[in-house]
Amino acid sequence: MEPQVGMDQEIEKSTVPATGVSEKPGETAALNPKMKAKKVSVYYGEKQALFDVDLNIYEKSVTALIGPSGCGKSTFIRALNRMNDVIEGCRVTGKILLDDMDVYDPKVDPVQLRAHVGMVFQKPNPFPKSIFDNIAYGPKIHGMGSNKTDLEEIVETSLKRAGLFDEVKDRLKEPGTGLSGGQQQRLCIARAIAVSPDVILMDEPCSALDPIATARIEELIDELKQNYTIVIVTHSMQQAARVSQKTAFFHLGYLVEEGDTDMIFTSPNDERTESYITGRIG
Amino acid sequence: MSDTAIKPTQGHRIEWGSEQQLKNVKRRYAADRRLQLFGLGAISLAVLLLGILVFSLVQTGYKSFVQTKVLVEIPLDHPSIKRDEPGKGSYRVIVRNAFRSNFPEVSGRRDLRNVDRILSSQARFIVRDYVVANPELVGQTIKIALPLSDPFDQLHKKVIPSQIAALSQREKQLFKSLQDRNVVSIENDVTVVQIDAFIDPEKVAAQDLDAGDYEGVVKEGLRSYFLNYQPSSYEPILADNAADAVKNFVQQNPGVVGQTVQVKVPVSEHYDVLNKGSEPFVTNPRFDSAKQIEQYKALNEKNLISTPFNWELFFNSDSRFPEQAGLAGAIVGSFYTLLVCFLISFPVGISAAVYLEEFAPKNRYTDLIEVNINNLAAVPSVVFGLLGLAVFLGFFGMPRSAPLVGGMVLSLMTLPTIIIATRAALKAVPPSVREAALGVGASRHQVVIHHVLPLAMPGILTGTIIGLAQALGETAPLLLIGMNAFITAAPGGILEPATALPTQIFSWADSPERGFVSRTSAAILVLLGFLVIMNAIAIFMRQRFERSW
Repeated sequence: MEPQVGMDQEIEKSTVPATGVSEKPGETAALNPKMKAKKVSVYYGEKQALFDVDLNIYEKSVTALIGPSGCGKSTFIRALNRMNDVIEGCRVTGKILLDDMDVYDPKVDPVQLRAHVGMVFQKPNPFPKSIFDNIAYGPKIHGMGSNKTDLEEIVETSLKRAGLFDEVKDRLKEPGTGLSGGQQQRLCIARAIAVSPDVILMDEPCSALDPIATARIEELIDELKQNYTIVIVTHSMQQAARVSQKTAFFHLGYLVEEGDTDMIFTSPNDERTESYITGRIG
Repeated sequence: MSDTAIKPTQGHRIEWGSEQQLKNVKRRYAADRRLQLFGLGAISLAVLLLGILVFSLVQTGYKSFVQTKVLVEIPLDHPSIKRDEPGKGSYRVIVRNAFRSNFPEVSGRRDLRNVDRILSSQARFIVRDYVVANPELVGQTIKIALPLSDPFDQLHKKVIPSQIAALSQREKQLFKSLQDRNVVSIENDVTVVQIDAFIDPEKVAAQDLDAGDYEGVVKEGLRSYFLNYQPSSYEPILADNAADAVKNFVQQNPGVVGQTVQVKVPVSEHYDVLNKGSEPFVTNPRFDSAKQIEQYKALNEKNLISTPFNWELFFNSDSRFPEQAGLAGAIVGSFYTLLVCFLISFPVGISAAVYLEEFAPKNRYTDLIEVNINNLAAVPSVVFGLLGLAVFLGFFGMPRSAPLVGGMVLSLMTLPTIIIATRAALKAVPPSVREAALGVGASRHQVVIHHVLPLAMPGILTGTIIGLAQALGETAPLLLIGMNAFITAAPGGILEPATALPTQIFSWADSPERGFVSRTSAAILVLLGFLVIMNAIAIFMRQRFERSW
């Protein structure tokens, strides 16, 4: 642990002047950066979608990415677990570190990476299989549960953590697609945490849900941050304010401003951030 | 400025109920109705044509689903039949004698042979097989229903008549032209035609009136009525004794040699009947004699003839004799061929489609491959047959007429169908499923094998079955590799010579025996039945396994 912290501090020193983002030492002292993006640019073919983004994602906290449509926040979140790899013509430059490991290092297996950095998508997308199989699939392919009792335990724990267990415990064999939208999304979260990731990426997880289901997901996110590092993309400023500790504002492919959520929403440094959160641009 | 843009100008307002608007609405409704009518018309036409096809097939084919049989009492006490070797008896004699005993009054080689020919020539093999299957019957007398030969089968089913018109339309017209000239009359109850006969001295010598060429004289006389016709078309009008009439006349009047005289000569039997106002008939030449038909009728009156369901159609293989020809060989051959076709094209097609759809980079080469696969689906099947002939038979020297080669050739045709269907099915799997699997850390091949393929499977299977159904009906490539061979036993494996359903239809349609006409239709119905079953399975699978997400 010791040398790691030392290294982090070194990096901190080198990155802080470059981004020009000032952090209040008192507030971040308890938080260690879990992932660090350094000068990340993403290209789709010839088109550059993201320009030199530097951003730290802190352990066991919720980082919200906000910004108008097409600003690159989804592109950024998908770069974190290399989901962009499957898009033809997509190219990422710069460095993204998970702990100290560059996730774009050729030696890194994207499949293993995605087991460490799980993802929840905009639209609930359970597999057209039973609830049990939905959750057991990830552990199975990673060889985590060698026998049935292990898998049953993993499924139960994951469902409990996702706050879904009581609702579905009697129908684990029924198809996951038969659940309501909110339940499906919590099932997807349970599926993501079943492989015990360090980081969970959520790409607008509530945009297809009604306010009550949204409230349940937000509660869940609040509980999950005890154990996981969470990055959430959201279009709802209220949601970002409610659930996140850190907020990053993207605009036209640039990271405009990042910092503590309170600070971003009360006294933003950048004029564009202020315009966005007050609803003048978007 | 903006006010004028928003307010419609007075002249362009849509007025409810104005004449112009009513006309517009009416025109629009008429166009809607027309479009619907066109659609309905097209569908009705398609249904009508299909109805006509099926109706005509059923109409000609249903008769093949029953077989005319005669109950024969056969004593199995012939010394040649031995219980320990029942297959070796002289069944030809046994069956022949047993059947002849129905007609004890018939004698004479020719008549007896005609009796034998009422029964199928294959009857002895049926009896033999029956005895081999039941050897304990040796020494007893059995009653067994044996098929009639093809003409009697067709006669019993009223496909062919026992008698046909003796004179053709053209012959009747020729005769009518004589009647119109008023040269035809009836004398002493015999129809005669009056001809101007030139008693040519070169044909009839005055010294020897008995030996003259009177036949030539008569024909020459008749020729004057039919100057523009071939002699063979009008000469049959004359009765055999027509020349005698002239001869008698000349003998009574020896002085007419060298002169032209009017003589009345009798016409032949059929024209006589025709002149007396009825239609002349003869026994259908498909039968050996009129007596044979009487014998058949006698059997029918004794209630020995029955028409049970024709199981032989499904359990016999091909035969030269339509009453014994069946589809078993063709069905088994088609089964083996399709099996080979499926085993080749299914895995290859799916692998190709999965690679192209999920893994291949999108570049000029994959585009080229894609275009060519689509083109391949449009290549005429006979070309694939030629390819199979040249490559599989010619170059690799594989066995002729074998289901293995047939299946390989058909798989060339089925492959593009399966690839295209599979790619469409893979494309239809929503990207959210792929993302979900990738998101929990599945590798690309795990995504495909665990998630995408199972979801695409109903579509893939539907496409495969449709491709196989197409292959089942394909004839041309099989003809080229010799699968239209005449094979009287069902193939025992994929390397044995075989025929397939469509090629069997082809060869039956080519056969002259009347019984094959309805058997061809019956075979088409069987083929269509298989196609309907396969398509029903495809529809069932699509509905059963289709999942929503």
